[in-house]
Amino acid sequence: MYVAVKGGERAIENAHAWLAEERRGNGDVAELSLAQIREQLSLAVNRVMAEGSLYDPDLAALAIKQARGDLIEAIFLIRAYRTTLPRFGATKPVDTGAMDCDRRISATFKDAPGGQVLGPTFDYTHRLLDFKLAAEGGESLEAPKAAPRHQPTPHITEFLAGEDIIQREPESEAAPGDLTRQPMSFPAGRDIRLQSLTRGDEGFLLGLAYSTQRGYARNHAFVGELRIGTVAVEMEIPELGFAIEIGEVELTECETVNQFKGSKTEPPQFTRGYGLVFGQTERKAISMALVDRALRWRELGEDDLGAAAQDEEFVLSHSDNIQATGFLEHIKLPHYVDFQSELELVRKLRREAGADATREAAE
Amino acid sequence: MTATATTAIAGGFSDPAIESARAFRAAMNVMARPGEIRDLDMARPPAPLSAAAGTLLLTLCDPETGVHLAGACDSAEMRGWLAFHTGAPVVSADRAGFAVGRWADLLPLDRFRIGTPEYPDRSATLIVELEALQQAGASLRGPGIKDSAALSLPDPAALAGNAMLYPLGLDFFFTCGGRIAALPRSTQISEG
Amino acid sequence: MDETGINGTEARRGWMSLLARAPERRLMALWDAFSPRPEFNWLRRPETGAVMVRGRMGGTGAPFNLGEMTVTRCSLALAEGAVGHGYVQGRGAARAEAAALIDALMQTEAGGAVRAAILDPLEEAMQTARTARAAKAAATKVDFFTLVRGED
Repeated sequence: MYVAVKGGERAIENAHAWLAEERRGNGDVAELSLAQIREQLSLAVNRVMAEGSLYDPDLAALAIKQARGDLIEAIFLIRAYRTTLPRFGATKPVDTGAMDCDRRISATFKDAPGGQVLGPTFDYTHRLLDFKLAAEGGESLEAPKAAPRHQPTPHITEFLAGEDIIQREPESEAAPGDLTRQPMSFPAGRDIRLQSLTRGDEGFLLGLAYSTQRGYARNHAFVGELRIGTVAVEMEIPELGFAIEIGEVELTECETVNQFKGSKTEPPQFTRGYGLVFGQTERKAISMALVDRALRWRELGEDDLGAAAQDEEFVLSHSDNIQATGFLEHIKLPHYVDFQSELELVRKLRREAGADATREAAE
Repeated sequence: MTATATTAIAGGFSDPAIESARAFRAAMNVMARPGEIRDLDMARPPAPLSAAAGTLLLTLCDPETGVHLAGACDSAEMRGWLAFHTGAPVVSADRAGFAVGRWADLLPLDRFRIGTPEYPDRSATLIVELEALQQAGASLRGPGIKDSAALSLPDPAALAGNAMLYPLGLDFFFTCGGRIAALPRSTQISEG
Repeated sequence: MDETGINGTEARRGWMSLLARAPERRLMALWDAFSPRPEFNWLRRPETGAVMVRGRMGGTGAPFNLGEMTVTRCSLALAEGAVGHGYVQGRGAARAEAAALIDALMQTEAGGAVRAAILDPLEEAMQTARTARAAKAAATKVDFFTLVRGED
């Protein structure tokens, strides 16, 4: 039986009105401004930009406000918005070697040129709640300064490359695939994998990366380098016939160095995993690098150990939190008709089972 | 520099959102109803391109659609105009998403992409500039046509050959001044 | 100004890049204080779109798509003929318009005045901000010192 039903408009409208009221919260408390969100919840803004795949701090702040702080909902809003924008083109690949680094650390080389620069990190904090922050009207704090460094900070892996002991990244200017334009197909190239990972869900990638550390597709990783800072973004302007900088973005870049005993096709050497993410998003960038490395087993001639992090189709098909939440949450929406048929089926099976039992008892 | 720059970037849509939506609708309608002729003349591209062909390029092209400029259409002025208004790269025939020019300049047709069995849409759309465009000549049958339609096709035999490739193949717009018609690969053609 | 020459292109590249990255409040304050304001016609009204930002695998290898960023652009022609293009990061229509007008004016005799009144102060402010950030980073650089050496 199929029953088409309609209705709920008034209920939906009222639900939205209540949502707006709840979003505002207690009216006696000052309303959040977008600038406050952008400046004071900047790591949430960064996550929304990275996974929303659109670099615009003001829009991300708006999305966070509208979503009442539900970051996946905010990412959803950004993803929806970005589809309305015309695409002007693609930039030249950013030069992370020329980054103005706020932070740059290496777990492999203590005395790297440029040094170990901690930047505004949570590392070495004691993770004790700071009740001073609970008091309102804190004065504006100014961080200490030292003589600034003006030279570019070279990539750590460049030193290993000089010794030819680390796998080199093949140079190429080939236009990369774009999963927002063409459907993903498997096996995917590393270009598509990296695009998918950089916009993937932080929690999902963190779990996968952690699984590789715990022994699933174990590939012992050192953080060769982690850097956070701003890079200029350059684009060729067709009507000008030359490239200009069209802005700058904050990025987190992580390069892991992994020991590698060699394979049928590759000599013993260090191999690399790579993470590059919008904003100050350190946990995500490290996770991305570990998962990138795990997914490279095929091109490095390693064995498929059957680990989740090695399974490209599994990783790429499930890393997008908007796809995931869309499919997951849709099951709470009305499925009355589907369920009606299930109900009929189970009733029928029970009747048949009951009849069988009666017959068996009679025999 | 300044004078040519101005010419190259004049003649675009004056109200892009509205005009491109109208133009897209016209393009969609003629493609859905092969043989139908509609007016399409919002853009003023550099000579020798027609208003209809120019409007189509502004509506359909962007930095991700390679455009092949055939014959006299390939001029510095035309390249500048296309770059400013669409950002579309000018490419060779075998990489083109769109190609524009007179019929003779577009030949041979087998230079263009016809799609793959998995992705028949990865094929080229040709914008053919005609001296005359009228509902007479070759007889058209197929989806979007009630009974039959007639259109002044440049080379019915060659176009019938393209239809044989279905679901692969090329799609065509025919432009003449400020008017447009279309021929999708799904249309069957017989000599009128 | 010879804008077709290498130097002209390099100079234009410089000021357009500066304008694209300029902080909104600073740019608009400098522009609002500038006069005379030229007459112009739109060639392309301000429109906001996205550009796909690319990175390189391992920082130096083949390109991949990282994600998009918002950009607003517009083009205009001054009454006397100079064509200006504005490309700015984000969604600022007024900022794009100012950038295009400044780009156009830089190609005219007003160029020197525009540079002195707008571009130079802008560049200085941006450089100061950049240096201040680099100075804070430098203050967090680790100075290692050896406590014990494990050799006799």
